[in-house]
Amino acid sequence: MGNSMKINLKVWRQKNQNTSGSFETYSVEASPDMSFLEMFDVLNEQLIEEGKEPVAFDHDCREGICGMCSMVINGRPHGPKQGVTTCQLHMRSFKDGDTVVVEPWRSNAFPIVKDLSVDRGAFDRIISSGGFVSVNTGSAVDANSILIPKETADTAFEAATCIGCGACVSACKNASAMLFVGAKVTQLSELPQGKVERESRVVAMVNQMDAEGFGACSNTGACAAECPKEIPLSVIANLNREYYKAKLNGK
Amino acid sequence: MSFLFSSSLGRKLVMAVTGVSLIAFLLVHCLINAMVFFNDGGATFNVAAEFMSANWFIRTMEIGLFAGLLLHIAQGLWLVGDNQKKRKSRYQINGGSANSTWYSRSMGLLGTIILIFLVLHLKHFWVVSRFEIPHGITEEHTLFHEMIEIFENPIAVIVYVLGCISLSYHLLHGFSSAFQTLGVNHKSYTPLIKSLGVGFSIVVPLIFAAIPVVMHLGLIK
Repeated sequence: MGNSMKINLKVWRQKNQNTSGSFETYSVEASPDMSFLEMFDVLNEQLIEEGKEPVAFDHDCREGICGMCSMVINGRPHGPKQGVTTCQLHMRSFKDGDTVVVEPWRSNAFPIVKDLSVDRGAFDRIISSGGFVSVNTGSAVDANSILIPKETADTAFEAATCIGCGACVSACKNASAMLFVGAKVTQLSELPQGKVERESRVVAMVNQMDAEGFGACSNTGACAAECPKEIPLSVIANLNREYYKAKLNGK
Repeated sequence: MSFLFSSSLGRKLVMAVTGVSLIAFLLVHCLINAMVFFNDGGATFNVAAEFMSANWFIRTMEIGLFAGLLLHIAQGLWLVGDNQKKRKSRYQINGGSANSTWYSRSMGLLGTIILIFLVLHLKHFWVVSRFEIPHGITEEHTLFHEMIEIFENPIAVIVYVLGCISLSYHLLHGFSSAFQTLGVNHKSYTPLIKSLGVGFSIVVPLIFAAIPVVMHLGLIK
């Protein structure tokens, strides 16, 4: 560990869903090489030693692919850097003596479980409403029997990189989930296996999205700008097209 | 068709379709207004204004325009109110300026300013020419004369300029946003739509705003 840095933290503490939270101030000695979550590990060690309750926060893979880490850092989901998750944000992005404000995702559809941890079950329920393909099980068909143009595969893959972290919801002024739903709908509707159910899927997923209490889209572009996987705004335009087409066909 | 008023995507579609029709109206309105710049004592402008009021086709279109405008206002206010309820606990620090433009986040506010301006604007010209309240438009007192008279008042000029500034910012987001909502997002067409939108949002309100100013300064008589 090289030169250490002092970070002043203002962290949202909330006991559970039914209580109101408030900010607590802490001071942490961190290394510039630490990830943001490792800095929180240091803070929690410190709190445990002092006999205090550690800060609850979500994390799993810590390599930017699971979509669990979810912190709004100085007003921005996943912090100030573009295209990274909180776990891949390093303390070298901050200066010695900085005050950093850390809040949970805030949206009615994502109730706070504790401190910085929120319940993103709403996303799971949107997926179970239609974000799947129904296929008969059996032996795998030959890969070359269904040809997929490279461009189509690329569009589907780009959308499929969505890790469902919820940064789009947390960044949106309307707490809208359209970038997430748009990515899932695009990923499936582009490919031959997913095309079959495209109309019933998009209507079911949009209905579930509305029912969960997410807002409408104002096209501000905040979601795409904050998305750690850089999902483009074009997936929302595609979601709109898919939905209107399904509605025209009486779905 | 109930999805147009119940689903988030349907409600956005209403905003986009009415928005695009209002943009088309603005273009026609602006072209006719620009005729005052011929500086011919309003002769050309009055011919165009007369044509727009005497034509049954345009009068029918006017009903559609008002219906679209009211729908845009009602749905817009309803959406803004609904969207604000989706986040009950507010962020301590709002990082919006890092990921979006202020005017894209303030469409409701800008729209409300335009609405207040519109009430005054309709009272100034539409009520006068359609319902002859408090007086009508005649051969001696044309719509052009009415404009000159109203813009003698500096407060009216300021209100009109502020209305046009709000319109400009509303369009800066609204123009391209409408196309995105309609599902038009294309590698080569979207940059074109965006540039066209910026041009439209600056030029059209600028022409509208220039008229009260030059009339007040007596540059057009």
